[in-house]
Amino acid sequence: MTDPTSSAPVVDGLDDLYAESEHWQVNDGGETIHAKRLPGRWRRIKWWAASVWLIFFLGPYVRWNGGQAVLFDIPNRQYHLFGATVLPQDFWMLSLLLLFFAILLAVATALAGRVYCGFFCFQTVWTDIFTLIEEWLEGNPRERRLLERAPWTPRKLGIKSVKHLLWMLIGFATGWSFVAWFYGVFPLWRDFFTAQANGAVYAFVALFTVGTYVLAGWLREQVCFWLCPYARIQGVMLDRTTLVPAYDLLRGEPRGRLHKGADARSDAGLDAGAQKQGDCIDCNQCVAVCPTGIDIRAGQQEGCITCALCIDACDQVMDKVNRPRGLIRYASLDEIEGRGAKALLKRVRVWVYFAILALSLVGIVYGFSTLTNIELKVLHERSPLFVQLSDGSIQNKYTLKVLNKANDDLTAEVAVRADVPIEVKGIEHRLRIKHGEVTPMIVFVRIEPEHLTGETIPIFFSARATLANGTEATAERESAFFAERR
Amino acid sequence: MADENPFPGENNTGHFWDDNIRELKNPPPRWWMIAFWLSIAWWVLYGLLYPMWPAPPWETDKTDQEFTKGVLDWTSIKEFEQGMAQVDAVRAKYEDRIAQMSAEEILADPGLLQYTLASSKVVFGDYCAACHGSGGQGNPGYPVLADNAWLWGGSLGKIAETITGGRKGNMIAHQNILSKQEVDTLAQFAVDLSEGKEGSPEGWNLFNTKGCSGCHGPQANGTLGTLPNGDPITVGAANLTDTLWRFRPGGFESAKHTILYGVNQSGVEQTRNAVMPRFGGAGSAEGRLDEQQIKKLAIYVHELGGGQ
Repeated sequence: MTDPTSSAPVVDGLDDLYAESEHWQVNDGGETIHAKRLPGRWRRIKWWAASVWLIFFLGPYVRWNGGQAVLFDIPNRQYHLFGATVLPQDFWMLSLLLLFFAILLAVATALAGRVYCGFFCFQTVWTDIFTLIEEWLEGNPRERRLLERAPWTPRKLGIKSVKHLLWMLIGFATGWSFVAWFYGVFPLWRDFFTAQANGAVYAFVALFTVGTYVLAGWLREQVCFWLCPYARIQGVMLDRTTLVPAYDLLRGEPRGRLHKGADARSDAGLDAGAQKQGDCIDCNQCVAVCPTGIDIRAGQQEGCITCALCIDACDQVMDKVNRPRGLIRYASLDEIEGRGAKALLKRVRVWVYFAILALSLVGIVYGFSTLTNIELKVLHERSPLFVQLSDGSIQNKYTLKVLNKANDDLTAEVAVRADVPIEVKGIEHRLRIKHGEVTPMIVFVRIEPEHLTGETIPIFFSARATLANGTEATAERESAFFAERR
Repeated sequence: MADENPFPGENNTGHFWDDNIRELKNPPPRWWMIAFWLSIAWWVLYGLLYPMWPAPPWETDKTDQEFTKGVLDWTSIKEFEQGMAQVDAVRAKYEDRIAQMSAEEILADPGLLQYTLASSKVVFGDYCAACHGSGGQGNPGYPVLADNAWLWGGSLGKIAETITGGRKGNMIAHQNILSKQEVDTLAQFAVDLSEGKEGSPEGWNLFNTKGCSGCHGPQANGTLGTLPNGDPITVGAANLTDTLWRFRPGGFESAKHTILYGVNQSGVEQTRNAVMPRFGGAGSAEGRLDEQQIKKLAIYVHELGGGQ
């Protein structure tokens, strides 16, 4: 050991560096993790990524044509997206949307590990905000641990109360915003506080308030460790080529403490007895800043949400001790082991993922571009398939279902067409359809025996309606006319 | 088990195996105990709120109640009845209007017509489909309801009348009245008419002289005349001039059979059976449908495809 009194430290605050890291343990859920907050490049990126969630809070206030731009009107079973109304009938688009995001999650994971976990996940983001509040009120991690152990004084009680109150408020804002997407934000403001909203509204707000408070305030990293199913899914989707925050063990090991007074740039900083020391000075800063309390130097592991905060911490330390940055950096296992990174576009997985992404996107775009205002379904009566009438002609029965997806009530006209002469009964009257509803009508089609060219004859139905703004909406369907085998 | 506790002061039960394996008296986790007592409390509470305990024998004798009454007074049959009452309440506004309107008025009201068709479907399935088929397609011996041929009239009123009072056709057996030759001529006459032909002079002659026209009508089309309201006057005799056959399969042999053995003739073994039971009329053994149901069913049948 170097004599501590010999000279002034080369590295400013080296004592602090180690002092702060004195408290750390492998996180097994027994103790609250108090991660240190450091500014840095990834920290900044994290804020930008997290700010995506502002949409969640502010989105309901966006207006469009006098209504809420995005409103999931579940009681009326219609979904308004910037002027387009999506009904349950268009739900295949939702499955494509879900597919898109699921694959997006997969492709992001395959390329860059659990970036979703580290940067976008609501658990991460909300916990981040909650611990930020904690830091404002209770101080740095060391002060927080001290406060935790301290006896209950009015001051401690005050601080804790304010903290939990703020957490609850954020939880409430979360629940509020969530419900607003479904209820409409202004009606919610009006109804919620005048006790006019229905029980489900209060239940959901309460559920989200409590859920947010408990998950982000108390459980924190425990959610990632023990509760979250995606953590498991994403964890097994990594491979050798996936970029993750990784500790360059070839460069860092053997690690050892940097001693006060030693020149960090020279070999004089070695531990006694060690031949050659790696770049890792064992300051444990990477552990101190980790929100899940793991040691990244042990390799990629379950608890790592790849938030890259350890990279910030390590880079700062490397700067202080005058070593190159990047001892911990975003790198693939191949890269760390010196095998070189495989080009992105040479990976089959990437191509497959992007193909699915593209297909689902095409489907969604197609769906939205072909959203019609009326929809027609034709159900051919099966029992009986056909009936012979007294004059020998054959009659088929069809039930037409016309769906009105426009925002007003419509009057639809139905037409039937076939390649042979037909007689149609039942389309004489116009069909009134309330908006968002399906109105059925029964149509009989008759064909004289001499025109029956085969067992089935294609037959075309169409419905036409004029919208309130004067445009015409049509829908067409092909069905078949059945007759006896002859 | 060792006699002496080698780990004194430890929280163990005194049970030892292999020198050092021992059973500890560690309490279960607190959350587990809380959940344990809560579940017992829940069980007791549930037993108070809902029927759970077997009722004492004296109670069972009196009321057939097998379980104690819960504080909430809940039973599954009560819940079922409430559910049914709710359904009835939803239907009431339609049913009330149907009761006040005539079948013709309902037919002209698209919304009410939809309700009527949808709610009659089950009744049709229960009472009519066994003979007439699930879609009114008929069965051998049972008329098709989805075509436009009506022996007793196909107006709403006539259909309701048929459902209410039932129908029983009557055609005497001609096996002892007509000669073999005459039966053949008349059967061929019926086949010819159904194919749109003129019918032989001998056929027309026999048809008129042997009494056929009395029921089948002078034009052999099953109608004897027309009422002022447009309903045909019929006695349920078949229309011989259309392509359809009352008794399937149609054709020469079938027509001969009907002529020989008649319809609904008691004592004639091979006679055609054609009875529509009565479904209406209070107090009657067969009367299973009320007026409202019959009104709705008439509309349903009328809309199957061939109502007049």
